[in-house]
Amino acid sequence: MRALLILWRRELALAWGGGGGPLLACGFFLCLTALVPLAAGGDPAGLRPVAGGIAWLALALSSILSLERLFERDFEDGALDLIALGPAPPELAVVVKALAQWLAVGGPLALTAPLAAITLGLPPAHAPLVALSALIGGLGFALTGALGAALALGSKRGGLLIAVVVLPLFIPPVVFGAGALERAANGMSPAPALAFLAAYVLFAAVVTPFAGAAAIRNAQG
Amino acid sequence: MLTVSGLTLTRGERVLFRGFDLALASGEAVALTGANGAGKTSLLRALAGFLRPEAGSIAFADVDPAEARAKHIHWLGHLDGLKGARRAREELGFQAEWLGADAAGIAAAIDVLALEPLLDLEVRKLSAGQRRRLAFARLIATPRPIWLLDEPFAPLDARWRAALGLIMQAHLEKGGAILAAVHDPLPVPARAVEIGR
Repeated sequence: MRALLILWRRELALAWGGGGGPLLACGFFLCLTALVPLAAGGDPAGLRPVAGGIAWLALALSSILSLERLFERDFEDGALDLIALGPAPPELAVVVKALAQWLAVGGPLALTAPLAAITLGLPPAHAPLVALSALIGGLGFALTGALGAALALGSKRGGLLIAVVVLPLFIPPVVFGAGALERAANGMSPAPALAFLAAYVLFAAVVTPFAGAAAIRNAQG
Repeated sequence: MLTVSGLTLTRGERVLFRGFDLALASGEAVALTGANGAGKTSLLRALAGFLRPEAGSIAFADVDPAEARAKHIHWLGHLDGLKGARRAREELGFQAEWLGADAAGIAAAIDVLALEPLLDLEVRKLSAGQRRRLAFARLIATPRPIWLLDEPFAPLDARWRAALGLIMQAHLEKGGAILAAVHDPLPVPARAVEIGR
């Protein structure tokens, strides 16, 4: 347990320090969502039905940005070898890294999401729902993103490969998240869509540790 | 402490060596020699559990390989795992504590390797030899019996080679074992094993 806490602190320090990962992701997210109304022309009413979907698409793309940092840097400089020789099993190290990614990138994105959603024309009353769904979905993005980052280890141009591996895995949370916002916009309860979103997160939480650790072992061999 | 029997390692289609045997006893140092590409690094990586052998077995006295990996092995390869943007103190703290060191162990390592003046510098500002000393600190901070070292002395000057010799000697006297891939002789009495012959 102590070892995992040490890894957790290091991951957060690496995510926040130097590269400015969270700021980069939030900046990218806001730019994307600010560009859409400009690109779509001068009719904000026409954008409103798809605002939730666009917000979630932008959220998914922004979540990919810092995934390369998650394993690839540690793989290149040998830190992943060191982590493999620690007292904690690699499966748990993968979970700790994914959770730190969620807190460092998913959290700030979830706080930024209401602002972006309002820019896109969603009613401000839905802001708490946007933040909540983005927070749940962000955990899913971090978990499946970690899996994609582990699978892409050691390949040349890994960053692009991560995006190609991960984007298809991001389809369910985007569908469920946007569905929750759409249901709320139509006066229905968003709970069923949120439940599907949570189910996706649970599925990712089961698959990612084992598949991710296996992918890392394979890359180290 | 460590027994290797009939080990065959391959990289892709290429067979590095076949039927390699080695026994490493407590208090013993082995200098692993061989031409470039003979498989010294691959052998060490196989012992550390990173590579799966094609054939043969790797056994540790008293413990299974997974536990040996988690508690008994130190691995120091060409890559030191240090992050350039972080301070030496943070990186040393993470590397040593992750492997199980306590504050006293880290203080001892800082003392022995004279790292105090480097601790507040960013790792990227250190020279290659200073980086190597910083990476070596985790071996002193965390007592683990089996040291697997890949070219440990390459960037070090004569003074620090001699100092590391004393550190390795102390490790052997405490019952540890060292397996090091080297081109120059080790600064401690060591049995030479050549691979690829």
